[in-house]
Amino acid sequence: MHILIIGNGIAGITAARHIRQRADHQITVISAESDYFFSRTALMYVYMGHMHWNDIMPYEPWFWKKNRIHLINDLVNVLDDQRKTVHTAGGKQISYDKLILATGSSSNRLEIPGNELDGVASLYSLQDLQYIESKSTNLKRVVIAGGGLIGIELAEMFHSRQIPVTFLVRESSYSNMLLPAEESEMVNREIREHGIDLRLHTELTDIKGDEAGRIKSTLTSSGEEIDCQLACIAVGVHPNVSWLSDSPIEINKGILVDELLQTNIADIYAIGDCAELRRPSPGRKAIEPLWYTGRLMGEALASTVCGTPVKYDGGIWFNSAKFFNTEYQVYGTISPKLPEGQKTIYWQQRDGKKSIRINYTEQAVIGFNLMGVRFRQEVCEKWIVTKTNIEVVLANLELALFDQEFSPNYAHAVRDAYRSITGVTIRSGVNRKHAHVHAFMKNHQKSSV
Amino acid sequence: MIHQDDISMSLTPTVYPSLTIGHKIFSIIGCSGLLIGLISFTGSFPESNLTLILSLLLISTGVIGYSIVQYQRQSPGIQNNFVRVKAITSRGTTAWFLALTLMGFYILLYFFPQSLGLAESGNTGLIALFDPLSQWIKNKPASQWFVYGTLYTLAILLFGIKFMLKYKGNRYQQIRTVSVMFFQLCFAFLIPEVLERLNQPSMDLKNMWPLNYYFFFDWNLDKLLQSGTLGLFMLGWSIALILVISPVLTYFFGKRWYCSWVCGCGGLGETAGDPFRHLADPSLKAWKIERWMVHSVLVFVVLMTLLVLYTYFTGNSHILFLNSYALREGYGFFIGAIFSGVIGVGFYPLLGPRVWCRFGCPMAAILGLQQRYFSRFRITTNGGQCISCGNCSTYCEMGIDVRHYAQRGQNIVRASCVGCGICAAVCPRGVLKLENGSVDLFERTPFAPKSSKGDFN
Ligand SMILES: Cc1cc2nc3c(=O)[nH]c(=O)nc-3n(C[C@H](O)[C@H](O)[C@H](O)COP(=O)(O)OP(=O)(O)OC[C@H]3O[C@@H](n4cnc5c(N)ncnc54)[C@H](O)[C@@H]3O)c2cc1C
Ligand code: SF4
Ligand code: SF4
Repeated sequence: MHILIIGNGIAGITAARHIRQRADHQITVISAESDYFFSRTALMYVYMGHMHWNDIMPYEPWFWKKNRIHLINDLVNVLDDQRKTVHTAGGKQISYDKLILATGSSSNRLEIPGNELDGVASLYSLQDLQYIESKSTNLKRVVIAGGGLIGIELAEMFHSRQIPVTFLVRESSYSNMLLPAEESEMVNREIREHGIDLRLHTELTDIKGDEAGRIKSTLTSSGEEIDCQLACIAVGVHPNVSWLSDSPIEINKGILVDELLQTNIADIYAIGDCAELRRPSPGRKAIEPLWYTGRLMGEALASTVCGTPVKYDGGIWFNSAKFFNTEYQVYGTISPKLPEGQKTIYWQQRDGKKSIRINYTEQAVIGFNLMGVRFRQEVCEKWIVTKTNIEVVLANLELALFDQEFSPNYAHAVRDAYRSITGVTIRSGVNRKHAHVHAFMKNHQKSSV
Repeated sequence: MIHQDDISMSLTPTVYPSLTIGHKIFSIIGCSGLLIGLISFTGSFPESNLTLILSLLLISTGVIGYSIVQYQRQSPGIQNNFVRVKAITSRGTTAWFLALTLMGFYILLYFFPQSLGLAESGNTGLIALFDPLSQWIKNKPASQWFVYGTLYTLAILLFGIKFMLKYKGNRYQQIRTVSVMFFQLCFAFLIPEVLERLNQPSMDLKNMWPLNYYFFFDWNLDKLLQSGTLGLFMLGWSIALILVISPVLTYFFGKRWYCSWVCGCGGLGETAGDPFRHLADPSLKAWKIERWMVHSVLVFVVLMTLLVLYTYFTGNSHILFLNSYALREGYGFFIGAIFSGVIGVGFYPLLGPRVWCRFGCPMAAILGLQQRYFSRFRITTNGGQCISCGNCSTYCEMGIDVRHYAQRGQNIVRASCVGCGICAAVCPRGVLKLENGSVDLFERTPFAPKSSKGDFN
């Protein structure tokens, strides 16, 4: 059987690797961005000189040959599902028995005047980074539009080169559609402490250029004109599906797939950023353009195409990011506004650099939101899945601490915060020893089987 | 179509912040201290403690001042901006220059100490510069080893301070660094020198066989046996260290208790070598070479030691075709001097600070075998949080491809891991944690199912 995968991102490559682990099928991966799989999430570190391009490729070149994963660098532009063949820009026709679409996303454009000028960039692909690098000499100011995760990464990138940045954020506080008010405010402070000119409640409305078609300045919704030599648009991504518009594949925003990640056409599947779930699990979105969701989909699909159907399960929501020097982790659903019936415990370190939030109901813990503190995913997940009572969680909070050894034990502070709102004193039941965590997790496996 | 090399070129940062005035001033101060040392080669300074004090003071001010300028105003976090681009930390011209200078210094030190000014009749040059300090500490003129020990200790102390400023906010790094600074200053430097002053057998009490390859040499054993209670204590202590203390500590904490908390070679690598840690090659090929080399050295040192002991007890220096004297000379020259010294430190700016520890150190090999099969130490990964960015693999000074395990959610149990904790520090997603736990001990026996380790799909 020949399995053809379009897209060598985390989704496509995970599928390829796992198919190879399970079976001897012929595997081809075709992708137009780079010869080899690289970690998109690490592009910023290349710009900041933490790593080389070679460092962000998770597998050495020999790996693909050894595992008989055939790589082709080419752009697919036509899908002929009747003949089970794809056509490439390079003039190849490749037939398949099963086709996996893992084409990822592209950056959204801003439909404003001047968005085609030389010096307007976004950051998604390797080519985007090459473009930004080529524009990075003699920059007096960069304007970034869009208060999401990529926007702040861009701000950090230019900050590393001491290039002044104006950061336009539409919302009244950074990422307040994602973060509760206190955490969002903490990130605002972090951004400003790094000398970034953060403009909240401000949108980009117009980009002005010179005669040569080069960007000169930007206009904002507050009517201000800001001189700059580069503008980066970071207002989200959309699935890479336009090339499929003539095909019979059903598409909404992304390629519509069922729980088995199958499209409406037999033997064609979609995974990763480009896939849209017809029936996402409660509380989850139909498109989740994330690294780990792409990986989980690739794993599940590998099993399915190798004859053991596995439904995609995103599990309990989690995610992480880094806002300049503040790490962020979340486990479970943390709504920016506390929903009816939920309560919150919030502890923040005095210097405003670290915080722990736990949301819960009368019955059970709902989620953990962490700034500058690391928690252990498996433990938080278990508490949420087994609907553990908040006081049990607090008594055992040490099990979740994942900061490096000798770090302060923040569990006490969280218990104190709980006491100050409820008057209930909770005593620690465990310490941070690895053996305790292991025993706890083993229990979990028993109870869930 | 774009090719890999073109990508690499086009993504190499073209502009990045240059040194500030503060950096430059302190660099000049530090270099002028070194310059005094260099000029002393010509013997053009009058014999006076002032020259030495001035030189060391300038060097210290330079390093500490530079570190303060660099890290003072930064909030705690990872500060690796442009290390992959700057010439000195990415095998540029300055890196080669530094490497050759270091190697040159080691060659003079080991093989031509006279050229540094060593003389029975009265030192001159660089060595004479250190005479006052040597007189003060041990009541004797300096030797080349005294000069080396002083500079080595100073490097660990000064760059240790720099390291602590760089990794502020990370208590594991702070405490570990205080530990290596302490062991270098007290155990490697002060105690042996003071013992010498007191006419006692002098010894670095933490320097264990087989790193200390001459421990079982006849002259060393005789020295200890003939020095009364203290000598016997040292003999007993060293053997207990090898047979009891080290295995127990390694069982509970992994080899890190030695390699990145106590050992002087590790100490210099962790502190002065820190800016070069990303130069360790994480490829599978390098790993294969490493295992061959380090285990060969281990076999070599065991064989050599057995023969030396055989000779010691029987007086017979030949067994089969092997000559114990030739063997120990060979080991001392090729491994003791060339590998651990000239290459080990000289190659910092080219292959990273742990070249010796990774490819040559027989002590690391033994501790590594134990760590792999019989220790509680492991690095655990945090579920599915890894984004495969590669910071961990890049900054692992032992060239361990940490990401390989982390992105699969596997624990990392590698013989070579010195437990420096830098992978956990640089991970932007909080994925890694160094831990001691007994539970999956079974998994690391040679009979463990293969799936969890060493699979390369
Ligand atoms: C700067 C940045 C930082 C990020 N940081 C994080 C993070 O911290 N955490 C997180 O969870 N997520 C992060 N993400 C998102 C994450 O990287 C994506 O969700 C993930 O890479 C998507 O993987 P994928 O395999 O679905 O698609 P992609 O990685 O986009 O791969 C798809 C590939 O298919 C190729 N392709 C598309 N169409 C065709 C065609 N017709 N023919 C041939 N080839 C084609 C594309 O060129 C591309 O190479 C980040 C994204 C960016 C851009
Ligand atoms: S794996 Fe981590 S702790 Fe071990 S040597 Fe490498 S960086 Fe240090
Ligand atoms: S473990 Fe951390 S540093 Fe290593 S690849 Fe994963 S996210 Fe990056």
